[in-house]
Amino acid sequence: MHIPDGYLSPQTYIPLYGVSIAFLGIALKKIREDLSAKHIPYLAMAAAFSFLVQMFNIPIPGGTTGHAVGAGIIALLLGPWTAVIAVSVVLIMQAFVFGDGGITAIGANCFNMAIVMPFVAYWTFILLKGFSQNTARVTVAAFFSGYVGLTAAAVCAAFMFGIQPIIAAGPDGMPLYAPYPLSIAIPAMAVEHLFVFSIVEGVMTVALLKYFLKNESTLIYAMREASREKV
Amino acid sequence: MKKFEKRLWLGIFVLAVLSPLGIILPEKFGAGGAWGEWGTDALEKLLGYVPVGLKNTADIWAAPIRDYIFGGKDAVLSTRIVSYIVSAFIGIALACIIILLISRLLFKREK
Repeated sequence: MHIPDGYLSPQTYIPLYGVSIAFLGIALKKIREDLSAKHIPYLAMAAAFSFLVQMFNIPIPGGTTGHAVGAGIIALLLGPWTAVIAVSVVLIMQAFVFGDGGITAIGANCFNMAIVMPFVAYWTFILLKGFSQNTARVTVAAFFSGYVGLTAAAVCAAFMFGIQPIIAAGPDGMPLYAPYPLSIAIPAMAVEHLFVFSIVEGVMTVALLKYFLKNESTLIYAMREASREKV
Repeated sequence: MKKFEKRLWLGIFVLAVLSPLGIILPEKFGAGGAWGEWGTDALEKLLGYVPVGLKNTADIWAAPIRDYIFGGKDAVLSTRIVSYIVSAFIGIALACIIILLISRLLFKREK
């Protein structure tokens, strides 16, 4: 879902740069308030983890590939604002060093994977879990947290692709940037995520959350937050 | 370092070593690239043309390790596997350095 250079028109990628920079600014302020020095190694690990997990391209036989992002589990463990920082760092590295995602599209890619995804994932978890500590319910909430989070990011990317022929066509009516309309982009990206990649993201989110619940449950941001609200 | 943290770093190390699965499995199953991430050559084949604006901006940045592979996507499998593992460790190192720099800036006033 890394939008390359050339697929988005300037009237799309420039405002998205603005939005993402604003979110990053707020995120930096938030983590200064919320995190302490003991969280730094976890923040570094979160970024490293997200980078690695994105290298595991999952094949659809004879079709496309896709991958998990890890922004959901990072949002649950360290909070959505921390996930904004960790995943943005990864996306910026990927664009500059590895040519994965365009330089012009950094704002757009951060918006989809480092902003939409962690927040959608976090709120999906909180809504589904409620105040319950019931294992089954926490498991279901964690699965849908990753599942809905990644799907939302993919649909946002598809929307960005799909509006290009409408907003940026040449005088001859030919698309100047991403060529496929919404009617192709949205189903293509939604279906591959709904049936394959987002399931992987969901399962991974459950597995990691369970691991942390068993070993270091006090660290988990999403569980702390809920208990704080309860009091 | 706490034992728990050590175990997590070990997990990250294992992921890095296993990362070439991300190129081997798609090849085994005949899967192509991601939707919407075609290069200009692939687009030419799909559409019969390359949109003008796309053509002009597609190559504005020459990434040092394009697609995580030294020598590009067409390198032999062994080169790609080694490149992938090296890229994974470069990624881990860069992520740690950048996060450390950010946290230095953020938390310097506390000390």
